[in-house]
Amino acid sequence: MKNNELLKMLENNARLTDKQLAVMLDKDEAEISAEIDNLEANGTILGYKTIIDWEKTEKESVTAMIEVRLTPQKDRGFDRVAEKIYNYPEVQAVYLMSGAYDLSVLIEGKTMKEVAFFVSQKLSTIDSVISTATHFVLHKYKDKGVLYDTAEKDERGTFN
Amino acid sequence: MIDYNKVLSKTVVNTPKSGIRKFFDLMNTMEDVVGLTVGEPDFQTPWHIREAGITSLEKGKTYYTANAGLTELRHEINNYMTRRFGISYIPEKEVIVTVGGSEAIDIAFRSVIEPGDEVIVPTPSFVCYAPLARMSGANPVILETKLEDNFKINPEALKAAITSKTKLLVLPYPNNPTGAIMTKSELEEIAEILRDTNILVLSDEIYAELTYTGDHCSIASLEGMRERTIIASGFSKAYAMTGWRLGYICAPAPLAEQMLKIHQYGIMSSPTTSQFAAIEALRNGDDDIAMMRDEYNRRRRYIYNGLKSIGIDSFEPEGAFYIFPKIGEFGISGEEFCSKLLYDYKCAIVPGNAFGESGDGFARISYAYSIKHITQALERIEAFVQSLKK
Repeated sequence: MKNNELLKMLENNARLTDKQLAVMLDKDEAEISAEIDNLEANGTILGYKTIIDWEKTEKESVTAMIEVRLTPQKDRGFDRVAEKIYNYPEVQAVYLMSGAYDLSVLIEGKTMKEVAFFVSQKLSTIDSVISTATHFVLHKYKDKGVLYDTAEKDERGTFN
Repeated sequence: MIDYNKVLSKTVVNTPKSGIRKFFDLMNTMEDVVGLTVGEPDFQTPWHIREAGITSLEKGKTYYTANAGLTELRHEINNYMTRRFGISYIPEKEVIVTVGGSEAIDIAFRSVIEPGDEVIVPTPSFVCYAPLARMSGANPVILETKLEDNFKINPEALKAAITSKTKLLVLPYPNNPTGAIMTKSELEEIAEILRDTNILVLSDEIYAELTYTGDHCSIASLEGMRERTIIASGFSKAYAMTGWRLGYICAPAPLAEQMLKIHQYGIMSSPTTSQFAAIEALRNGDDDIAMMRDEYNRRRRYIYNGLKSIGIDSFEPEGAFYIFPKIGEFGISGEEFCSKLLYDYKCAIVPGNAFGESGDGFARISYAYSIKHITQALERIEAFVQSLKK
């Protein structure tokens, strides 16, 4: 089956039921369930999450993107340091980058102070870290392909 | 005091208002209605196309274009017709950029019709053909297509409808409201009837990009048919560009030359901003079309199965974004079904007879809506159908 179509549909809306997916893809429900089980088992589908605009809630939250420059370790490259960093629960994402720095670390904290503490006490103290540059996110316009401020509204037939 | 009855054109006065609009107006007086009535894409125009329009405005391209449209656009239209349907037109002589597919249909009628000519209009079909033909002086001859023929034109019925006065056959496929298409071999049977006559074909191919069981075939691509076919098409459905009001005509030069006069005097030229956006659409919009078509196709299967599972069987649509279920089997008329569904269950669908009498007992349901919206509507239809069965 065209796995990509199934994956794209789930990426867009993970709440579609197997039955709905089956109808839309013109497949049997059992076939879809088996395929999803398979994609989960082989690690293609890693999880299902919800996109939330936390600014609309009471929860305090700041996001920062940190550029990290590193000295590669013999034999292990950047993997060992990346592991050290991604194991912190406040770290949302770690990417190995091409260009001016090596790792991009996305971190979410309650306050700027909390993030600053993480950078100075945990990140900078790792041996092979040469330098860090922390950029705080001021506002999210779009994330994971979803717009934050503009609620989708069907305006057809309303331009009267 | 002036007596308006004496000054108004009888032909116009006697033309009924669109039955779709009537239902829309009713729906708009109510709250919390979940409608499946709209005949336009729910997608916004792809951003790169909108941006091309914006850029043209920023550069001050705010003047009229040539009457027939920007040469560059007419060339792109020809490239598109050649690449997609295998038919070529001379951009300078055989392509006219119009204000939507609607103007294209209008000038096609007006350029060929003499008073008393007959225009064959298959129904159920979009509401404009018979009124526009009549306003051009023609007598529309209704050719009812049937569920048992999958709402395609039956060649025998067509033969029977042809008289010495027949000027033109309207070919509305992929079809609004039924979702029917006509394949190459089915079109061949129609072509065979018309080849040795002086009958023209007005092929309304506005939904040509939205077919789900194979690529659209244009009757103009069949042997001997290009010379007698006028293609009316546009950007509204394929590129989600309804509000830009842009369509086009592709027709043999002797026909296009006359149509251009009507367009020239009546319209001057189509919106310039829209034309610049359309060039971008034709050059770089193939992926957008594919993305939207795939999404409509998923919804098509979803609504077809959804209706089936609540006991409403329909003809499986193969094109456009409508499904045309039979609703006349619950002991009430199609119109009553639709109005009760609206008043009691707050769900709006359009009665099939808005698209011709042959649509009686059916309803047009649009699936140009999100799955969430369709699901909500199906729940209401199900509740209504359950109540009818009691």
